Amino acid sequence: MDKYNLNSSYRAVVIGGSAGSFQGIVKILAQLPKSFPLPIILCLHRLKHVRNGFVEALSVKSVVQVVEPNDKEQIKKGSVYLAPSNYHMSIELGNHFSMSTEEMINNSRPAIDITLGSAAYVYRDKLIGILLSGANRDGGLGMKYIKDKGGLTIVQEPTECMIDTMPKAALALTKVDYTMKIEEIVEFIKELDKHYK
Amino acid sequence: MVQDIDIVDLKKITDLVQTKYGYDFRNYAMSSFKRRMLRILELKNLTIESLLKKLNEQPGFIEEFLDELTVNVTEMFRDPGFWRILRDEIIPGILLNHKSFKIWHAGCSSGEEVLSMTIMLKEMGILQDVQLFATDLDVNILEKAKSATYPIKNMELNEKNYIRYEGKKSLKEYYKEEGGKAIFDKELMQNVTFRKHDLVKGEVFNKFDLILCRNVMIYFNQALQNDVLKKFHEGLFKYGYLAIGSKESLIWCDVANKFLVVNNEEKVYKKIKD
Repeated sequence: MDKYNLNSSYRAVVIGGSAGSFQGIVKILAQLPKSFPLPIILCLHRLKHVRNGFVEALSVKSVVQVVEPNDKEQIKKGSVYLAPSNYHMSIELGNHFSMSTEEMINNSRPAIDITLGSAAYVYRDKLIGILLSGANRDGGLGMKYIKDKGGLTIVQEPTECMIDTMPKAALALTKVDYTMKIEEIVEFIKELDKHYK
Repeated sequence: MVQDIDIVDLKKITDLVQTKYGYDFRNYAMSSFKRRMLRILELKNLTIESLLKKLNEQPGFIEEFLDELTVNVTEMFRDPGFWRILRDEIIPGILLNHKSFKIWHAGCSSGEEVLSMTIMLKEMGILQDVQLFATDLDVNILEKAKSATYPIKNMELNEKNYIRYEGKKSLKEYYKEEGGKAIFDKELMQNVTFRKHDLVKGEVFNKFDLILCRNVMIYFNQALQNDVLKKFHEGLFKYGYLAIGSKESLIWCDVANKFLVVNNEEKVYKKIKD
């Protein structure tokens, strides 16, 4: 039984989050299926001038070591990537990352709208976008871009969020496919994994 | 408002700028280049057609275009750890063999990095022994860099970085506040030569002991990065240093084996082969 009507055509999962998203991300990464077939690309708001520590904190319980990619680094299946501090992170048509130090968006660098928007452009309907708890509107527009290109969109159930501004921004801007609690997102990813095995 | 730009339209713009003005943006990284174009359209309230028309009919517009196209967001002492390594390891390494030396800031933007460098060198007591060259494509931004004047609101972040760099004083001792601006002491800039230079098309114009090009090549595609890195190799004396941004890398480029990694965290390399 597949209640989400999934298939094996997806090429990437992008996840955005801010205040209150850390525990949720940790849970998702801790329960990732072994050799998960897609890259997972994280863009999380973080302290601008603390370059170290975050990737390690996310990796402690994660099934896969989280990495902060370099500019122009090729995106590989099964890897988990985190947007580095004080850079915007985009996905390019050659399936690699590029970094930028452009102006902050919604007071954020990395901005979730940039990562999600560029991923939507590259992966089109082969993309799954997930937006978690957060205290500003960054990411809402990115989710709309994903939906507009035919990608699958999921936001964290607002009642479960520590701060629901971010998922609500997405819900206001586009017809999000699913609202899910973190446990349901974990199950969703396991379900998705089965389609590739 | 224009929401998205087609690759075909982007190509029309880069082709026009290339043939009419001789600037080559065809090998810029697509995602950021597209965002810059969208930004220009929004700021100037233009459509693709009216932008092309303006570029075609108003030659004076090109400088404004370049100024908005290039990313000029920077800070003093960005990545304080990098500056500590420069002060504690790299510069002393150069001084072992040379009493005086030359530095190139390639893509200097509004000059915060150059100013950070001169403050560092002054605190090391060697500013008078160093010749600095600061170049950028954008003449408007070079004028800003020369003025060494920044909005006072930027100084909080700059000061924070300076404190984490563990400078000897307070940044306040290097500037005076006037009309909402921090105006830095011009003496800091006495050994700095500013000049317009295009990294894509320009030739190497000197030989250097240290080249800094941090967070500039991230706007290029890999082929162009490769070409520019060859120029930096050529522009360095043997055993000279190259510093790039903390999220850049040169391991994959053609000249990679001619460099040694000095610090992988802060991306400092040493030229070991001609």
